[in-house]
Amino acid sequence: MPVADPTQSAFLELAGISKRYAGVRALEGVDFACERGKIHAVLGENGAGKSTLIKIIAGVVQPDSGRMRLAGSEVSFATPSAANAAGVVCIFQELSLMPDLSVADNISIASPPRRFGLIDAKAQRRRAEELLSEIGCEDVNPLRRVRDLPLSRRQVVEIAKALGKRPQLLILDEATSALTSADVEKVYAMLARLKAAGVAILYISHRMHEVEALADRASVFRNGRHIETFDKGRRSTADIIQLMIGRDIAAQYPPKPARNAAKPVLALENLCWERQLDRISLSIGAGEIVGLGGLDGQGQKSLLLALFGVLRGVTGRLTVADREVRPGSPAAAKSVGIALVPEDRKTEGLMLPMSIADNLAIASLDALSTGPFIDTGRERTAIQRAIARLQIKLDAASDAVSTLSGGNQQKVVLAKWLMTDPRIILLNDPTRGIDVGTKQELYRLMRELADQGAAILFYSTDYDELIGCCDRVVIMYDGRIVRELEGDDLTETNIVASSLNVDTDTAAGAAHA
Amino acid sequence: MLDDIAIRIRQNIGLVTAILLFCALYIFYNAAHPRGFSSAVLVQNGDEIFALAMLAMAQTVPVLMSGLDLSVGAVMTMVGCFASYLLTGAAGGAPLHLDMFGVHLGLGTFPGGVSGILLGIAVCLAIGAAAGFINGCVVVYGRIQPIIATLATGAVYIGIALFLRPTPGGKIDVDLNWALTNSLGDFASTVHIFDDGAAAWFAPFAWIPVPFVLLVLIPLLVWVPFRRSVLGRAVYAIGSAEGAAYMSGLPIERAKIAAFTLAGFFAGCGGLFLAIQTSSGNADIPQAGAYTLNSIASVVIGGTSLLGGTGSAIGSIFGAMVLRVISFFFRIFDIAPLLQPLFEGVILLAAVSIGALGMLRVKNTLELFR
Repeated sequence: MPVADPTQSAFLELAGISKRYAGVRALEGVDFACERGKIHAVLGENGAGKSTLIKIIAGVVQPDSGRMRLAGSEVSFATPSAANAAGVVCIFQELSLMPDLSVADNISIASPPRRFGLIDAKAQRRRAEELLSEIGCEDVNPLRRVRDLPLSRRQVVEIAKALGKRPQLLILDEATSALTSADVEKVYAMLARLKAAGVAILYISHRMHEVEALADRASVFRNGRHIETFDKGRRSTADIIQLMIGRDIAAQYPPKPARNAAKPVLALENLCWERQLDRISLSIGAGEIVGLGGLDGQGQKSLLLALFGVLRGVTGRLTVADREVRPGSPAAAKSVGIALVPEDRKTEGLMLPMSIADNLAIASLDALSTGPFIDTGRERTAIQRAIARLQIKLDAASDAVSTLSGGNQQKVVLAKWLMTDPRIILLNDPTRGIDVGTKQELYRLMRELADQGAAILFYSTDYDELIGCCDRVVIMYDGRIVRELEGDDLTETNIVASSLNVDTDTAAGAAHA
Repeated sequence: MLDDIAIRIRQNIGLVTAILLFCALYIFYNAAHPRGFSSAVLVQNGDEIFALAMLAMAQTVPVLMSGLDLSVGAVMTMVGCFASYLLTGAAGGAPLHLDMFGVHLGLGTFPGGVSGILLGIAVCLAIGAAAGFINGCVVVYGRIQPIIATLATGAVYIGIALFLRPTPGGKIDVDLNWALTNSLGDFASTVHIFDDGAAAWFAPFAWIPVPFVLLVLIPLLVWVPFRRSVLGRAVYAIGSAEGAAYMSGLPIERAKIAAFTLAGFFAGCGGLFLAIQTSSGNADIPQAGAYTLNSIASVVIGGTSLLGGTGSAIGSIFGAMVLRVISFFFRIFDIAPLLQPLFEGVILLAAVSIGALGMLRVKNTLELFR
């Protein structure tokens, strides 16, 4: 089929796009273009700015500065529906489906077929069937509720919903991450048809083989900047990894002590859960900081939640200090000496309207009580000690914890758990969104805790941090531990290569490039 | 095709359970009743069920959006008090005498006869819908949680009702009362249609109680179209995932206002009927509260999730009927009426527990708290 735009000029053009979130740079002066009838891959590490880029294109967020042109005329989308109306449709990583509505309802949610002003259920169902068969997934019954579908089928529905909007520019953000391999083939075939029909396609994926198989061009982003755009075959995988890493100034990390074989405090054997954890075996000794690396969403968070007793139906063995345990709740995990600094500080870590003092004491109330009553004297002393130990900057401990800065809030979360005197500390990306100074304090504190005999499992999306802080780093991919890096092997190149699950030869090539 | 039916049953298991429970209870009740399976018993039950069924429908709409409307009983009471002035059947209606404020409100231009009654009904229903519309506006533009917004507006509506009827009283047109609270045959003979109800083809239907006919017609004419409109779809979407609904470009604010307006309309239907049935207006505060709480119970028994997103007003009608039939049992068996709240509570607990069974399947316990 002929390409719709005969001049072959860019369909979407971005010029000088910048965006900051609460002072943190997400995108800076980005120039970017993509064409009709091409699949354009967008590559980059976690936090490189890919998500912000597509959110701006899809009208979810507005850029602070810069211009956007679509098919030659300047546009700015205030909402996702405005972008949809202009033919820009995005399939987001976080699904946009309403779980209690049926597949057919969801697919036609924005503009359902109508008869006499009312939704025409029959036409809507036909439409859903047509769209699903366009992808080759006729087996999804449009009457089913989305809630009752497995994740892979939900993603199919999400794609059908996007297709129903007849996109001119289709953006897929990790849209195949949950698909089964059979469905991936069908989606590839659909993308090829759309491409032939002249649709511009932006494809964000962490899977290098997918990018190699699909993309006509690729653009690499790093630290909110557009680094380079090149045609298929012009760059090797090793080159691409090098472009993604770049050269950044390393932060200051406390020195790592020489390791001696310590007795394992925490040992896991063949831990499995749903489809997200696949035979995880790992042991952490006293005084050791073990990093959890890999791309976002490869099961790292589930692993931490499983250890903390949040997940039901976990199989495998878990031993803490040579005793087999099976925590069924966070309270049970706490009682065997496990602490977790959770993913979302504001909802899972803190009770924002409560005071700093109340938040600090909340996990160790048992130890601070005599009978059923809290011993306020002991509580006050313990709180003062915790505030001094972590150097939390505050006016009064009776202020609401929400009045603190992000870094100090995170210190409160950590201090709360240190007050329980844990043997095992699980950290879920604790430095995200906090300033450099506080980060360094946290690094020092982690090492101090390890020196006092704690075992630390540290998940971070920042590779630099993993290298600087950890004695060992295990890389997860698709629910498995694919590699363990230690000593001289603990390099950014190795982490990135293992995260993408490309073989070590490629990685070695990159290291010498 | 069979597959489709199986899916539909599974998705509406709450509704199916409520219908089966009602049928079982009601058949048992009639079998035990000395005059069971007769038109007279049906008529009596229909009259007793109707107002609560309407309030249950009213409550369903905000609950689907994961809100609660605590003003449905108050709207019902207020509309009933208005009805006791507007539906007297006399030209001009009854003048409002409010001696304590020295206010004299006359409705001099109000016509009498059938046209006056029809106009009165329309005005009463409009007052109900307007009260709901105000609730919706307070929730949407005042950005106040539904439960607290309707607690406040409900007190206002009760206040208006007390203003209208400091003591129970007023009057409802006798023919209107007779026509709506008996069988179809009585309706036909009162309004002089179908040869005063004597037409041969009409005989097989003459035994059906009017309240049951209304219980079919109102959902069919109001609820079913609403559910199939974009606004109705949006109400379900908001209860299911408000963020996703917003990101899909649905009219969130309009849907919320529409939901509360519809709730006010249904509550108005209930109030209108209650006034017609009792031939008076009564600003009964405990009754308003009891109706509100029973409407929530009916919604839950009818299979609608208090978290929103799933369920339907039809289920709530059956929920209300289940709740009422339980109270009927107290009349035919020699059970102390004081035990009634206990029994109703146990039934409600059982119904809610069934709804909570799904929680056991959640694999990530953190999701239970989101």
